[in-house]
Amino acid sequence: MGQIVLNQVRKAFGDVEVIPPLDLTINDGEFCVFVGPSGCGKSTLLRLIAGLEDVTSGDISIDGQSATELPPAKRGLAMVFQSYALYPHMSVRKNIAFPLRMAGLPKDEIEKRVTNAASVLNLTDYLDRRPGQLSGGQRQRVAIGRAIVREPAAFLFDEPLSNLDAALRVGMRLEISELHKRLSTTMIYVTHDQVEAMTMADKIVVLRAGNIEQVGSPLELYKEPRNTFVAGFIGSPKMNFIQGVEAAAFGADTIGIRPEHIDVSNTQGQWSGRVGVSEHLGSDTFIHVHDTGLADTVTVRAAGEVDFKHGDTIHLTPRVDQIHKFDSQGLRI
Amino acid sequence: MARAVSPRRKSINTALAWGIGLIIFFPILWTILTSFKTEGQAIADPPIFLFFDWTLENYSIVQERSDYMRFLWNSVIIAGGSTLLGILIAVPAAWSMAFVPSKRTKDILMWMLSTKMLPAVGVLYPIYLLFIKLGLLDSQFGLVIVLMLINLPIIIWMLYTYFKEIPGEILEAARMDGASLKSEILYVLTPMAIPGIASTILLNVILAWNEAFWTLNLTAAKAGPLTAFIASYSSPEGLFYAKLSAASTMAIAPILILGWFSQKQLVRGLTFGAVK
Repeated sequence: MGQIVLNQVRKAFGDVEVIPPLDLTINDGEFCVFVGPSGCGKSTLLRLIAGLEDVTSGDISIDGQSATELPPAKRGLAMVFQSYALYPHMSVRKNIAFPLRMAGLPKDEIEKRVTNAASVLNLTDYLDRRPGQLSGGQRQRVAIGRAIVREPAAFLFDEPLSNLDAALRVGMRLEISELHKRLSTTMIYVTHDQVEAMTMADKIVVLRAGNIEQVGSPLELYKEPRNTFVAGFIGSPKMNFIQGVEAAAFGADTIGIRPEHIDVSNTQGQWSGRVGVSEHLGSDTFIHVHDTGLADTVTVRAAGEVDFKHGDTIHLTPRVDQIHKFDSQGLRI
Repeated sequence: MARAVSPRRKSINTALAWGIGLIIFFPILWTILTSFKTEGQAIADPPIFLFFDWTLENYSIVQERSDYMRFLWNSVIIAGGSTLLGILIAVPAAWSMAFVPSKRTKDILMWMLSTKMLPAVGVLYPIYLLFIKLGLLDSQFGLVIVLMLINLPIIIWMLYTYFKEIPGEILEAARMDGASLKSEILYVLTPMAIPGIASTILLNVILAWNEAFWTLNLTAAKAGPLTAFIASYSSPEGLFYAKLSAASTMAIAPILILGWFSQKQLVRGLTFGAVK
């Protein structure tokens, strides 16, 4: 069991309020991702749940029990840090066994669990090495191993993949998702990378300046962003925002259209502009279009390879049913 | 990129470093040489450098006249005891200053260091009276306490700088893993800080070993360490340089040997944090 409920949780450092009172429920077994730009308070929120920071006011409960006053060790949570935070003077075996040793488990039980965790994480051959002798990906697995042996109520991940190179990141992303499927334990995952959020989460919490902007499944956020911030943050490349006459035609102050919802043509279309930079990914081409009279740049995603050159005139047609409308406050209409 | 140094410049630097090293080492060398001379040769004018009749006579006289082993034992107890006691107090103190600093931490550190700026003689009188009242005069225990207190600011400062180098996330990980404060310090912080703790211990053993002001003022025959042993050879009846030198050589030999074998550790410890 690992339901975590935040009730009016607030955090201030001196006079600076980093997290205004906030409510959030993370259900048992859910993979919940906190996402937002750096400095939005997502790591602070995670540390409040972990107990590494004290809440200024409000209540945190884990499995129905108030944990607000409990020290980190007593909350039954395990955490994986951005820097892995392995104990450099201990072997991999001792690193993974450490929480069990602290819990006072018998030796043979510790040995059994460590062996088990090592085989799940492909670490069996490295048990006697020190963290300094491992690669980044292996260290990350040791950190995860140290977390899973305790069979915690929930896992907390603080940007665990940001120190890995791009290829490893994709691999580890899958491994963590698979681990979640296998253990069905609650996981809270902090990242600034919306791709990680979209691919891994059951539930995404988008944060800005300590405030929750929206909570929902990845597709809910993609299809029905509550405001322009969420609309702009979720999705890659970013949604195009258009104001003025074009927006007014839809009865909105601002309209948003995702790059993948604009059709391109070299003969005709609703809007026209000049081709700037084209990014060729093979499967797709992202075209940055200038001089449309709509916005500085309109980004368009075309399937496969398209033959437009820098400076060519291009015609664009938005799919009207995919247009998002926002009022003057930036809220969805 | 390393800065290019011309060979000529390099040899000048080398000669200069050797010169300075020799100047610093010369008094010790002279003491050792003098200890092998006769009293007559020791005060010869002009001084004799190497060509004299080498003798071990001074050492045997010194050995006969006073109980070297007792002084040595006192030195070991006082230097070792005060350092260990200091470390036991300083580890938790430095932990709290490095990892849970308060608004006043910097001030406290500066204030502790400022006590080292006070001339020791300024507090001799009150401490002497306290020692009489507490019956600590000429006792190993009394000296252990005083030397521990004298060196505590340095021990805390050194440990504080070493602990500052240890990433806080590792201690937080230990906390998440269920470690109590005691386990966190014992199983995670201390093993990681071993190189720093070792050089702190080493430096403080040397400081306490060589400490003369307090040991001379607060001891007599019973608890006197090797500093008192040397001092007993500078008597008002006249100076016996050769015997004084023999006593000095015997007093500094243990610490010199210890320092020689641990110089790598010592240098690393003293520059730790300054160079990453």
